[in-house]
Amino acid sequence: MKTTKGPESAVTASPVPRRLIPPTQPRAPKNQGKARKRITIILFLLPGVILFSLLVLAPILLAMYSSVFKWNGFGLLPTNFVGLDNFTRLLDNEIFLGDLRRGALLIVLSLVVQLPLSLAIALLLNQKMRLRAVYRLLFFAPYVLSEVIAAVLFSMLLSPERGLANEVLGFLGLGSSSFLSEPDTVMFSLFVVITWKYFGFYVILYLAGRQSIPKELTEAAQIDGCGPWHVFRYVTLPLLGPTIRITIFLSVIGTIQLFDLVYVLTGGGPVHASETLGVTMYDIGFNRFQVGYASAISVVMFLLSLVFAIGYQRFVLKRDLDGATTTMGGGRR
Amino acid sequence: MSVHARERRTTPARIARPIALHTIVIVIGVFVIVPIVYGVLGGFKDNPQLSNNPIGLPAPWVPENYTNVLASSDFWRQVFNSSLIALSTALVTVAVSALAAFVFARFAFRGRELLFTIFAAGLMFPFAVAILPLFIILRFFGLLNNPLGVILPQAAFGLALTIIILRSFFRSIPHEVEEAAILDGCTPFGFFWRILLPMARPALATVSVLAVVNSWNNFFLPLVVFNDKVWWTLPVGVQQFSGQYSADTAKILAYVVLAMIPALAFYAVAERQLIGGLTAGATKG
Repeated sequence: MKTTKGPESAVTASPVPRRLIPPTQPRAPKNQGKARKRITIILFLLPGVILFSLLVLAPILLAMYSSVFKWNGFGLLPTNFVGLDNFTRLLDNEIFLGDLRRGALLIVLSLVVQLPLSLAIALLLNQKMRLRAVYRLLFFAPYVLSEVIAAVLFSMLLSPERGLANEVLGFLGLGSSSFLSEPDTVMFSLFVVITWKYFGFYVILYLAGRQSIPKELTEAAQIDGCGPWHVFRYVTLPLLGPTIRITIFLSVIGTIQLFDLVYVLTGGGPVHASETLGVTMYDIGFNRFQVGYASAISVVMFLLSLVFAIGYQRFVLKRDLDGATTTMGGGRR
Repeated sequence: MSVHARERRTTPARIARPIALHTIVIVIGVFVIVPIVYGVLGGFKDNPQLSNNPIGLPAPWVPENYTNVLASSDFWRQVFNSSLIALSTALVTVAVSALAAFVFARFAFRGRELLFTIFAAGLMFPFAVAILPLFIILRFFGLLNNPLGVILPQAAFGLALTIIILRSFFRSIPHEVEEAAILDGCTPFGFFWRILLPMARPALATVSVLAVVNSWNNFFLPLVVFNDKVWWTLPVGVQQFSGQYSADTAKILAYVVLAMIPALAFYAVAERQLIGGLTAGATKG
């Protein structure tokens, strides 16, 4: 099977046209070649299929299954079937309903503040300016840090007694705030931390999108008498459409599963004022051992992501993919 | 100089614009860097200094917070654990994905697109959804308090993105290369191992970097899998440390600052792969 140097050079040197050279297995009947191909396919896919089924698909199926049971989590499978009780209980659970409201608030804030801000910064950084590479490097740095580090850093920074933030407020004559321990301010503090951590990621994506727009297009618009605003509104923005739609998608999915940052920064407090679906699920499942009930929350998170992803793909991303099917070969997203 | 100035018409707007531009960008830069600088300087203060003088430079500089962390075996153990788990995760993810992506890219068979779609859909299964049942499954296999209990699920959840990126790269390699290899007597595996993988080195580097960073920053899974502090990774260690010494702000700041150095150093080295991978992942994913 292994190619040695000899026949190889002989082949290239031989005057015989290529198609006359017998294919790989000259004596193997056609069926055997087919079987070999099948075996290759199976062997190559096997590790991935096993890993994916056992550790991605099985947990999601198990979450769905156990969401209709009352279960303290002992053993591998639950036995006490309760139908949709867990879900009806959720509808009466103020914390859970609050999670949904807070998630919606974070999504709105991201779409209205964080993404436009990132887009503006990306367009600024797209201009010729000194130290541009340094700024880009700096803005992206928080993304590389774990959410835990961001959370601990900000919990110090925002702490009422020793924090820097209050010092600055006092210096500006704005009084003081306890940011993380007031139900009224905690969500906005959280949003600031999320923005600190993630805006650089969106800036990078927008920059990549902006740089793939050919110069000729913006120049042509300028020559035709467009001012900067019109160039942005009628050339840059539409052409950034695919990137913008992707960032919205990532932002929403990220918000649905937000856990680390909140868990470490506030633990969901004060009195659940900053709790997210993930934190509620963790608390019910791992602290109170109501695994069936917690699984119902997992299922809700899953369905929210799924419905959003499918709906978004059908109605929003579709036109982006239409042009890209040559490279994606009908793959999704 | 004067010729130059006349040519570029030094109107006030011409001067004001770059200044405004720089001002905005610098303000944002300050927003990004202040928390980090606050942490670094805070680590050099003691707690009375932090209360009385949160903004200024430390006076005097107190290096004990840092040296104590650097002298603690817990910290180094966590650095080791994080590194071990990140590297193993990258290895497993990339090896398994490369095999699958090869088949998805270069073989035609029934059900291929369906199977690929199922893998790709893994992108939108949030980790948090699976964590509770994952815990039960890992307990069933006896993988709690075992690094494999974090490595394997991380690899499984990394497959989607890695397969998508690698498949599109493998597809871009011309068919003639494969035909030539087969004519020369290569088996499919021989072609994969000796020709495709070496050609795909940049893509492999990209997906490995992504896997390392994702693993390094993962918190939820190690939090539930490792009860035993022997296996704690840095994020878990930071969180536990900040809970344990909640009154000692300076000490926590020193710990956090030291914990972020490896990630920032890695970013400095692998910036191109990381950013390239994230943009590719976002557009192709």
